[in-house]
Amino acid sequence: MPDSAPAPSPASNVHAWPSEGLSAIPDWVYTSEEIYEREIERIFRGRTWNFVALDCEVPEPGSFKRSFVGPVPVIVARGKDGHVNVFENRCAHRGAELCRPAAGKTTEFVCPYHQWTYDLAGNLTAVPFRRGIQKQGGMPADFKLEDHGLLQLKVTSRGGAIFASFAQDMESFEDYVGPEVLKDFDATFDGRKLTLLGYYRNTVPANWKMYHENLKDPYHATLLHAFLVSFGLLVAGNKSAMVVDATGRHGTMASAKPPEGPKLAADVKTEMRAFSDSMKLADPRFLEYVREFDSPWSVTMQTIWPNFIVQRELNTLGVRQIVPRGPNEFLMIWTMFGYEGDSEEMTRHRLRQGNLMGPSGFLGIEDNEAMRFVQQGMTRSVTDTSCVALGGPEEGTTHHIITEAAIRSLYRHYREVMGL
Amino acid sequence: MRSAVQPVAPASANLRELRLEIEEFNAEYAAVLDAGKVDEWPRFFAEDALYRITGRENADANLPVGLVYCEGVAMLRDRALAIAKTTMFAPRYLLHQVTNTRVLSVNASGEIAAEANYALYETLVDEKTTLQQVGRYRDRFVRQDGRLLLRERHCIYDSLIIDTALIYPV
Repeated sequence: MPDSAPAPSPASNVHAWPSEGLSAIPDWVYTSEEIYEREIERIFRGRTWNFVALDCEVPEPGSFKRSFVGPVPVIVARGKDGHVNVFENRCAHRGAELCRPAAGKTTEFVCPYHQWTYDLAGNLTAVPFRRGIQKQGGMPADFKLEDHGLLQLKVTSRGGAIFASFAQDMESFEDYVGPEVLKDFDATFDGRKLTLLGYYRNTVPANWKMYHENLKDPYHATLLHAFLVSFGLLVAGNKSAMVVDATGRHGTMASAKPPEGPKLAADVKTEMRAFSDSMKLADPRFLEYVREFDSPWSVTMQTIWPNFIVQRELNTLGVRQIVPRGPNEFLMIWTMFGYEGDSEEMTRHRLRQGNLMGPSGFLGIEDNEAMRFVQQGMTRSVTDTSCVALGGPEEGTTHHIITEAAIRSLYRHYREVMGL
Repeated sequence: MRSAVQPVAPASANLRELRLEIEEFNAEYAAVLDAGKVDEWPRFFAEDALYRITGRENADANLPVGLVYCEGVAMLRDRALAIAKTTMFAPRYLLHQVTNTRVLSVNASGEIAAEANYALYETLVDEKTTLQQVGRYRDRFVRQDGRLLLRERHCIYDSLIIDTALIYPV
């Protein structure tokens, strides 16, 4: 290397936060491979609780499901004792991702490559030809099965949702989420047993954090989502809140459906280009709300950092699991559910209302498209920061929707964890 | 695998005729969707129709959810209205190929059970054409005023991971 070559810049200089502070977000948090690797290490494999399954997906001893913690494939299995275990889906021998079916029932996990065998907690129970054949080959005498189990994660659950953490000394889920956000979590997971209605899966060509930001951005809801506005489910001026926990990482976007059609002031209508007085549904069942929750809100969208969304949109219920796949793409797994005791008509109501959400939902389509547009803007353009000054500089919980306070709260927490 | 192949009655001239009629129905259905005329899509359905798009994993496990789940032709019209008039998405072309049509049975009241495979290609501005999904129509047809109409169409897709969004009906 010639003497004149500049010393490589330390990472902290390459990734210097803009001088505007929290009202600006630099593009590199969404596009940098180096930042992404640090997120996996410090966030997904750090001190966080990650959603892995619903109880009703692994109902009996031996039930299992393939899942993910961040991008890391894990197996969720209910042991003979009824407890749920979560461990890495990677054979201790040669590293094969050993469990292939999406879900099922078994008594043990056998790696197909060399048949190393694990129990329902991920402990290694058998290695073929461990003692060799006719005193030849085999494992060294000091090889102990108990030293070669699968990496086991800490597990907790609440209200029928199961979470895992790589941090063995994690605080309780309740302390992690905090009382502000736990309140609406408990309104959805209210003790009734959940019944599985099915799955949607989709990729979005955007950074995984955008999904959190979209649900911490109540500003977009009345502007992007013309369906909500056109049919009176949400209009600027509805009773609403954007609740943020003490750390800034979790949130609840909440709104209450007005009892009858929208009554909008003329100036509000002018601001919302999407509003139309003339459109009417032929069948109003998409919009009906059956009161069933101990909550003033008809809609709560909860973001539990870092991989979990709880959707309670009127009566259509689902959880969403974010699986990051590099800085520029994430996989979204939607698990739609109802409650044990739902009548057939109530189940069908939930299914019909499902047209609002998911990768074919009137709202879900728009969110996914908007995030795709943002990532394209960030990866193809010259300008390198975005502006989140709305309602600034306030942070934390707000009771109006024309604000980006919750996004700023998230980035205060994020910068601390990431050392940025 | 639970996707058992349902045997078809021995082919008769009558069933061949019926298969041809369903193939023509599906070609017309695809032509309307490929032309982007989503507002015309409900006319292929009977008044009490059920329309659902769902992943094969759900169909195989008897899980009832649908990406799209509409009961009755009024709800199909609402879905078409919402997509055409309120939903934001990037412009695109879609192209269906419908093949392997099979007439499975005709019951005493004349209701026809049939299946066909489909492939759905999607082309966005500035992007190459992609295979949005492959799947199978699981249909029940009725005849009204001499015309076939769908009483049930389940679009069961193998391509479990949707790329970003599936916007128009399949």
